[in-house]
Amino acid sequence: MFDFTEEQIKRYARHIILPEVGGVGQKKISQAKILVIGAGGLGSPAIYYLAAAGVGTLGIVDFDKVDYSNLQRQIIHTEDRVGMPKVESAAMTVKALNKDVNVITYNTMINKDNVMDIIKDYDIILDGTDNFPTRFLINDACYFLGKKLVSAAMLRFEGQITVFNYEDKENSPCYRCLFPEPPPPGLVPTCQEAGILGSIGGIMGAIQATEALKLVIGCGEPLIGKLLIMDALSMDFRKVNLRKDKSCPLCGENAHIKELIEYEQTCDVHF
Amino acid sequence: MAITVRIPTPLRRLANGQGEVTVEAKNIKELIDALESAYPGFKERLVDENGELRRFVNLYLNDEDIRFLKGIDTELKDGDTLSIVPAIAGGF
Repeated sequence: MFDFTEEQIKRYARHIILPEVGGVGQKKISQAKILVIGAGGLGSPAIYYLAAAGVGTLGIVDFDKVDYSNLQRQIIHTEDRVGMPKVESAAMTVKALNKDVNVITYNTMINKDNVMDIIKDYDIILDGTDNFPTRFLINDACYFLGKKLVSAAMLRFEGQITVFNYEDKENSPCYRCLFPEPPPPGLVPTCQEAGILGSIGGIMGAIQATEALKLVIGCGEPLIGKLLIMDALSMDFRKVNLRKDKSCPLCGENAHIKELIEYEQTCDVHF
Repeated sequence: MAITVRIPTPLRRLANGQGEVTVEAKNIKELIDALESAYPGFKERLVDENGELRRFVNLYLNDEDIRFLKGIDTELKDGDTLSIVPAIAGGF
């Protein structure tokens, strides 16, 4: 009844046997269209698990090439692909893992002119980018187009993740309710000061994939209106409440942001 | 009131590497001053020149954002936990 091949039934048996997933849920996964922006530390595990889960259409956006310094954490890439565009390397890994997945690659930097076009055909967007201007741009575009956004970020031994549901703009807080605008340079750790334990990306990226799959299947309670904060040094996971801010410049009562804003990149050091 | 303050990794160098410190304060304003006197450098990261909370650092009293309580006038009680949560952007 779900048109699965015997091979697919075998492949996805551990999903299908879950009452929360079943054949219906697996069918939804196979029809889902998910976009992962950034094929780096967060994107690598997220793409891996979404591909393994059998997501029907998986879009991957990145403008960068694989570098040796990426391999400490960006597990979707390999030594022999250093110098290759990250989207190409990620697509190779996905195809080797699961031929059911239709991979669409965008070897480009997300900007004001292309973001709407790239995300418009997807149901769920995963943000795994590494700078504030791009994060604000992705957020605003998802808000305007009414998409679901699974947003994670990490630094050193710490991670943050939440889900913004812009299909329900009236009720869901937005990224700008949390942080109205990018911080000025100099007041948050600079790129040069930053570092990241590789496996933190594994934790946070896997949570991103999990939240995306929950949204697709329609099970559990997604992290909408909740910010999960992880401190790996004490291995402490905490959830705090995100509230819709009436004075939010994007979704508040007197919102003044009506179109995309391209902030200046305050750091051009790539990891 | 003994308040536990959770320090995010980017700010731990200000607190001698500690992830959690305890300070005495009756409200958030006092807590920020107490943090500053014990660990100089915190105040300018949490509030601007006018004493307003910076918009890229959020403070959560237990699990609520203090902006949705009474801001820096939010009162504290023994055993409360205040979490400092800065905006981070790394996807690396």
